[in-house]
Amino acid sequence: MGIKWNEMLVGGDPLLVGSQIAIVLTVVAIVVGLTYFKKWGWLWREWLTTVDHKKIGIMYILSGVLMFFRGGMDGLLMKAQTARPEMSFLDAQHYNEIFTTHGVIMILFMAMPFLIGLMNVVVPLQIGARDVAFPQLNALSFWLFFSGAMLFNISFVVGGSPDAGWTSYFPLAGKEFSPGIGNNYYAIALQIAGLGTLMTGINFIVTILKMRAPGMTLMKMPMFTWTTFITSIIIVAAFPIFTVALALMTFDRLYGTHFFTLSSGGSDMLWANLFWLWGHPEVYIVILPAFGIFSEVIATFSRKTLFGYTSMVISIVGIAFLSMIVWVHHFYTMDAGPAVNSFFSITTMLIAVPTGVKIFNWLFTMRKGRIQFTTAMLWALAFVPNFVIGGVTGVMLAMAAADFQYHNTLFLVAHFHYVLIPGVVFAVFAGLYYWWPKMFGFMLNEKLGKYHFWLFTIGFNVTFMPMFFLGLKGAVRRAYTYSAESGFAPLFLVSAIGSIILAVGFAVFCYNIYWSFRYAKRNVSHDPWDARTLEWMTASPVQFYNFAVVPEVKQLDAFWHMKKRGEKLTLKESDIKKIHMPSNSGLPFYMAVVFGITGFFLVFEAHIAAAVAAIGIVVGLIIRSFDYNDGYYVSVDEIKETERTWRTVEGGTENHVG
Amino acid sequence: MEHKSKYPVSHVVGFLFSLILTFVAVFVALKMNVSYTIVMWIIGSLAIIQAGLQLFMFMHVTEGEDGKTNVINMAYAVFVAIVIVAGSIWVLTSGHAAH
Repeated sequence: MGIKWNEMLVGGDPLLVGSQIAIVLTVVAIVVGLTYFKKWGWLWREWLTTVDHKKIGIMYILSGVLMFFRGGMDGLLMKAQTARPEMSFLDAQHYNEIFTTHGVIMILFMAMPFLIGLMNVVVPLQIGARDVAFPQLNALSFWLFFSGAMLFNISFVVGGSPDAGWTSYFPLAGKEFSPGIGNNYYAIALQIAGLGTLMTGINFIVTILKMRAPGMTLMKMPMFTWTTFITSIIIVAAFPIFTVALALMTFDRLYGTHFFTLSSGGSDMLWANLFWLWGHPEVYIVILPAFGIFSEVIATFSRKTLFGYTSMVISIVGIAFLSMIVWVHHFYTMDAGPAVNSFFSITTMLIAVPTGVKIFNWLFTMRKGRIQFTTAMLWALAFVPNFVIGGVTGVMLAMAAADFQYHNTLFLVAHFHYVLIPGVVFAVFAGLYYWWPKMFGFMLNEKLGKYHFWLFTIGFNVTFMPMFFLGLKGAVRRAYTYSAESGFAPLFLVSAIGSIILAVGFAVFCYNIYWSFRYAKRNVSHDPWDARTLEWMTASPVQFYNFAVVPEVKQLDAFWHMKKRGEKLTLKESDIKKIHMPSNSGLPFYMAVVFGITGFFLVFEAHIAAAVAAIGIVVGLIIRSFDYNDGYYVSVDEIKETERTWRTVEGGTENHVG
Repeated sequence: MEHKSKYPVSHVVGFLFSLILTFVAVFVALKMNVSYTIVMWIIGSLAIIQAGLQLFMFMHVTEGEDGKTNVINMAYAVFVAIVIVAGSIWVLTSGHAAH
């Protein structure tokens, strides 16, 4: 078995002990609160067993906010440690653990669930469907993701965090050089979460191909649906590579095989190769849905249809294709020779072409538009220049010969933060401000939203702009400290101050959620932005069956044109038919629990206990095989009742209240 | 394939053949006393045979209204496989990386 139970809890450091106490107190508070307010049944019926894509989306987004907090704390700790030279706030080991968890959490447990959450809420509504193609599989996706995320998150207080970077390169990540259990968390937790993501990919491909409203051909789909579709295809292409790579890593670490070790014929660079074969497409998995969000927001608030729709679609497909053949640019310095490095330099630079097409399309969409400066639109506007800085420095890094100078410096770190923060985080914020009324029936406060926007954008630039120059001066990434003689101190201090502004911006966002939940006015219309796509046609918050009658689509921006023609907005009660809906199921939650337990035992290399727990997984699969529950029907009366709560007496819809 | 039959004959046959091909590969790799190159060629060929077998036995390649979907799916699979396998071999056997 080999678990040293007395060493399981990481102790000693006051930061960690403080966190342990905080975690215990939070758990106790949640349990006591749920019991006191008698909310256990509500939690089980409404959330833990739900198969409703909107609720699953909301749970994804909530997880994303929590993980943003966790990853952000990691970032702040790093910035505090490097604020001055020779600081002794964190030691080297603790710093290694923190930059590792920061990277993994921000990409896989913050960006991914935020975007998948928005996809879940919005895509079925945009295509006029009642749910995703496989609702119970969707719940399983979420719960497996959540299980993996929680398993990864407890690492820092139970057993020790992974410390080999988010890329977890061999040989460092192997048993020879990292004998502790920290890196087992990486291998096992990401495997469990990755399963969930792969299922999401399959689910959305089928949903978008098979469940569109009548009349909605592929070229009449909203842009966010298009990007989700292409993203799902990349997920299905790329995530199995990660699954295999993590499985081989698990074998190496737990069972003594030699796939990636230095000894016995292993190849350490094979890990780097497989990791980036997944890792680069992963970057586009998070960026493409974000592009879709910006497309929706920019079209809506410029009061114009998206410029260059066809070229947008071709660009996304082109980016998806190129994303699969650029992975070596992450390790040019392995030096696979001039032929390989030249090939990957060219493919990498080529990506700038479709991306540039998209940028110009957004600018042309805004041209001569009547732009409304809502908070969502501000994020989209700020995205363009900031993302271009990230993109242009990316082309600099794409040149293999030049990359030998930039490699492993803070220049690279600044580059990918300039791509991922404006590209993904700004998009998520834009999407949240935009779709919030659709999810909850009230709007986020616009004034607080603008404080959030300005603090966050300024903080972001002050934090990461100095890192370009630090990198050019030779400051390397992942170094926990530097000497006073290096001359890095002033820029590091500026960067640290910027990170505080960034954090204040995020705090304003959290406060905005709290404030709006308590005080925002509840009588917003179903279409507060005067928007263009089908999700705005139905109630806010959306009734559980989405549409009383499935709309018929005639062209792009279907809802906008329906409003222009003044048709289809009134509901004839005679058109209502009973609706088939999927039943709730506790099985996905059960699977998350047994996967979590199995994973936990595997992390601690308790093989027999893990095997016993894994029986629980097989039992879950068997129960599912014999599950003949085909869902239920919503009666016409119940639909009429529900529709009357938000429509006017004549069956029409209220005008928007702005 | 056997759409009407209640018993999934093709699945069972496919499963058995897959097992046989896999165990032959294990035997060739671990027990046969031939050169490394020959072993790689034999198990590589067995892998391709098995992929083809599964395409027919499990993947419904002969079903569907038109061949378009299958052609797209297979082109996609071939593209991904070539990128991963040929790409990895090319990258890891070129230049300094190979030494």
